Amino acid sequence: MHLWIIPALPFVGFLINGVLGRKFSNALVSLIAVLSVVLSFAWVLKVYLSAGDLAAAPVHAHYFTWIRSGAFHVGWDFAIDKLTMIMLLIVTGIGSLIHIYATGYMDHEEGFYRFFAYLNLFMFFMLTLVLAGNYLLLFVGWEGVGLCSYLLIGFYFVKDSATTAGNKAFIVNRVGDFGFSLAMFLIAITFGSLDFGKVLPAAAGKPTGTLTTIALLLLVGACGKSAQFPLYVWLPDAMEGPTPVSALIHAATMVTAGVYMITRSAPIFIHAPAAMETVAMIGLFTAVFAATIGLTQYDIKKVFAYSTVSQLGYMFLGVGVGAFSAGVWHLMTHAFFKALLFLGAGSVIHACHGEQDMRHMGGLKKYAPWTCLVLACASLAIAGFPFTSGFFSKDAILGAAYAYAPWMYWVGVVTAGMTAFYVWRAFWMTFWGDYRGHGHPHESSWVMLGPLVVLAVLSIAGGFLFNVPQILSGLFPIKEAAENGGPGEAVLTGISVAFGLAGIGLSYLMYVVNKDIPEKITSALGGVYTLVYNKYFVDELYDATIVRPLIDGSESVLWKVADAGVIDGIVNGAGSTSQGVGGILRLLQSGNIRSYATWVVIGAVVVIVAIGVGGVR
Amino acid sequence: MSFYLGLSAILFVIGVAGFIFRRNIITVFMCIELMLNAVNLSFVTFANYHKQVSGHIFTFFVMVVAAAEAAVGLAIILTVFKNRTTLNIDEVDSLKN
Repeated sequence: MHLWIIPALPFVGFLINGVLGRKFSNALVSLIAVLSVVLSFAWVLKVYLSAGDLAAAPVHAHYFTWIRSGAFHVGWDFAIDKLTMIMLLIVTGIGSLIHIYATGYMDHEEGFYRFFAYLNLFMFFMLTLVLAGNYLLLFVGWEGVGLCSYLLIGFYFVKDSATTAGNKAFIVNRVGDFGFSLAMFLIAITFGSLDFGKVLPAAAGKPTGTLTTIALLLLVGACGKSAQFPLYVWLPDAMEGPTPVSALIHAATMVTAGVYMITRSAPIFIHAPAAMETVAMIGLFTAVFAATIGLTQYDIKKVFAYSTVSQLGYMFLGVGVGAFSAGVWHLMTHAFFKALLFLGAGSVIHACHGEQDMRHMGGLKKYAPWTCLVLACASLAIAGFPFTSGFFSKDAILGAAYAYAPWMYWVGVVTAGMTAFYVWRAFWMTFWGDYRGHGHPHESSWVMLGPLVVLAVLSIAGGFLFNVPQILSGLFPIKEAAENGGPGEAVLTGISVAFGLAGIGLSYLMYVVNKDIPEKITSALGGVYTLVYNKYFVDELYDATIVRPLIDGSESVLWKVADAGVIDGIVNGAGSTSQGVGGILRLLQSGNIRSYATWVVIGAVVVIVAIGVGGVR
Repeated sequence: MSFYLGLSAILFVIGVAGFIFRRNIITVFMCIELMLNAVNLSFVTFANYHKQVSGHIFTFFVMVVAAAEAAVGLAIILTVFKNRTTLNIDEVDSLKN
């Protein structure tokens, strides 16, 4: 089967471009980068076709033992089941499209080869994460994608805001990784192994308390990587990176790693109901919270960033209420339409000469008709328009939420309405009305539009082409809708679609028909609007409660007391002590020969007396 | 035996005292010779006592070295006096500082 080829290809691409890319032409760098990922995608397809029935016989490959300590073994193991297969197809498939797009988007940028080297390295780590057959190897990929995310957010490193955003992403993720590592230690202690094949089947027999602790710690890790409340703050800032990075890492693949990890650990979570409930609550809260912020933003990428946070919340809601396959389904459809939204936004930004503020766009449907068309597809999909991809997956999650707790369904539906509203608000502001920016907007080249069209087709048709719950039914049995006397599935679907359409309609009313309404609402809400527009001041709150005390504590205690006082004190003390002793001893070195002679005589006398007293031995 | 050793010790102490307390270079120089000869006397005494010849041989070596040292030392003293017109040991201190 040679699974190792899948991550090895992008790694080779990274090595070639990273080491030699500086001397290559842009065309050669693009060729190497794109080819390595496309070939990897082709190899995934080959594995997929030759693997046979993965549900009956998951593929497992052991390459070498990495850590051996008594009975505890950790190997470099790759394992493939259907969940992995779906993730592999998403990562390499969308990765290929975005690589192709990026060759057009990054064409005039400095550090072209560096960008693609990082992007290939990211693919390598992401594929390692997905293929991993144990928690530790998953963690290797997990950290690796975090590193690449940091490098790519800070890609424009001469910009202060970009490096700060990169640092923020890295540091916030440390909090999550801390939880993840603790979870791994606990798993290793409880199960004596980190292999999925040994840990997960054994989960049923372990005490609930331990499992809940493990699950909650894993959740902390997932919250960091998948930008859930309260660790979501890094993702909106991560938009400082180039747009293909936002699409690939911060929408389609890396940020969904948390959802994947929870789904992978499903047996642990299933036996820890309290942890499941926490997952659902965090997901639901994040979905609402981020959606409200998304309503007010003007930066097109920020709108989509908050939308990503919100949609990830949906996925958490799905896995939290036990609908793991629905969560993965939404992960996949979200990868299609959110990658498309970001790439489309990139195309729009390109068209407007780098402008990101939607107040300086408008009327682009005339100048960039293809971008307009594909973004319409993506916006329909995310709004849950019937029979688009988002409709199916969102519906599956909301249905499961209703079966779990009806109030969660209602909150989810309202969020869906808000989602539809703010995405279409962005759409109308960008493409309708008159152009409000400077210069002449232009349509992007076909290198960029090609991947967009493919993604648009997937956004529309991806839902019924790939019925994930059906594919994963071997791993996660499909639950029939609960027969609790509540409304039937059709009614629930109808309600959520109605909310989605209402959101679209309302945004049309407010941003196309009567453009005075937003103004009036804003002034009517006053303080509330300011609160939401400023993202609930969460960043400021974190700054005041965590960052400032840390910095102040470091300055006043660690720096001034511990470092300057104790450590420097010891070092300087040693120095000044020897200086003082030397100062006294210096007096002996008078340069006067007769005083030396005196010392010699005194020494001789002392020796003689000592011999006389002690005798000769 | 003890007489010779006692004489040797007295001569040596006189030499040391002169070396330490006198300021004239020539006197200091003579005191060094005095100490050397006090040691020679001890060597000879012990050689006689142990009935061994090595002490005598050592004495000859010391004499040879002392002669050479006297020649070099006196030459230095002459040069110093020519340049400085003084033989006070405390005034020959240009290596200081």
